[in-house]
Amino acid sequence: MSNANWPLWEVFIRSKQGLSHKHVGSLRAADAQMAVENARDVYTRRSEGISIWVVQSNDVFASDPSEADSLYEPADSKVYRHPTFYDVPDGISHM
Amino acid sequence: MKENNIEELERQFQEKIDNDIKIEPRDWMPDAYRDTLIRQISQHAHSEIVGMLPEGNWITRAPNLRRKAVLLAKVQDEAGHGLYLYSAAETLGADREETIDDLHSGKAKYSSIFNYPTLSWADMGAIGWLVDGAAIMNQVPLCRCSYGPYARAMVRVCKEESFHQRQGFEIMTTLANGTPEQKAMAQDALNRFWWPALMMFGPNDAESKHTEQSMRWKIKRQTNDELRQQFVDITVPQAEMIGLTIPDADLKFNTETGHYEFGEINWDEFWQVVKGNGPCNKDRVDARRKAKENGMWVREAAAAYAEKRANRNKEKRA
Ligand SMILES: [Fe+2]
Ligand SMILES: [Fe+2]
Repeated sequence: MSNANWPLWEVFIRSKQGLSHKHVGSLRAADAQMAVENARDVYTRRSEGISIWVVQSNDVFASDPSEADSLYEPADSKVYRHPTFYDVPDGISHM
Repeated sequence: MKENNIEELERQFQEKIDNDIKIEPRDWMPDAYRDTLIRQISQHAHSEIVGMLPEGNWITRAPNLRRKAVLLAKVQDEAGHGLYLYSAAETLGADREETIDDLHSGKAKYSSIFNYPTLSWADMGAIGWLVDGAAIMNQVPLCRCSYGPYARAMVRVCKEESFHQRQGFEIMTTLANGTPEQKAMAQDALNRFWWPALMMFGPNDAESKHTEQSMRWKIKRQTNDELRQQFVDITVPQAEMIGLTIPDADLKFNTETGHYEFGEINWDEFWQVVKGNGPCNKDRVDARRKAKENGMWVREAAAAYAEKRANRNKEKRA
């Protein structure tokens, strides 16, 4: 058996308490525990993290980039969802 | 209709590139863009992996514990660089196993610099200073490459590289300030690595067939000759500072341009090494093949252990 049979894992690292895990890259490993151990060796050699998540790449379901326009365009047209859309009279503060 | 569609996709693709919008793995891209990247990234990955061999040669013979720990850490970084890059190639659909087989069969190339032998401890200095220095010069612009995963891998790599060059320069400085024999050793290493380091930037722009397209795709941001010139301009004063002589009789500073002019590179030698006839080409590929064979039991054990652990977990749940 060779590497070819090892699944690909996506690696997420929390750099410090209070921050969320962030995707840093991927690696191959025989199982989840070994993926965490490899991720520690490869991605945290300079104290980049205090917590590691690994997720099998196959289990990530992603949105289709060719549908990006129809998925995200509606958000662009609703500028009134942003505070900068509104006029605040001069002299008003704390708003 | 179908052809129009491809043309339109290509137009949109180039427009994204021109507007500095990064390309991500699942985005549409021209086949030639994908192929160029797979070739470049996998060659880059192979260079990181093969690049461990000339230095690995000296880990057990480092002059003291500090130097040994530093060299070990540096070589370990290079293994990591190889991994980031193989992963980036995989996002383009390259098969990891096949990519590595191509290295072992001699089909895939890697940086020609690693086909030179490391004859003395001073070579660890020359490699860190010149070879990692040249690599950094190549890699910094790649952090802005149009392909997202490659650019992100390069950001990590460049962060880690910065100590590689310093540790090499420190070795050179120490030797250059040492006994006459030590200084001679440093000079000898510089003599042997200077020209191969200049060759690392690849053929002259006029001979470099991929440059123009790669620049248009923003895979490449600066030409081979531009980067080589930058490297010479930065490195020559560093050599002078520690009292070593660049082995180039034609080297002189041009006060008008503000750049160093340097002698003709031996391109015959370059192409010979690229074609597999360098001093160590065969050793390097043999060492990689042997490493894969000898490591087989580790991979088998890992797979067996994963299976055992999975079964145990199943039992626990039952
Ligand atoms: Fe590297
Ligand atoms: Fe390096």
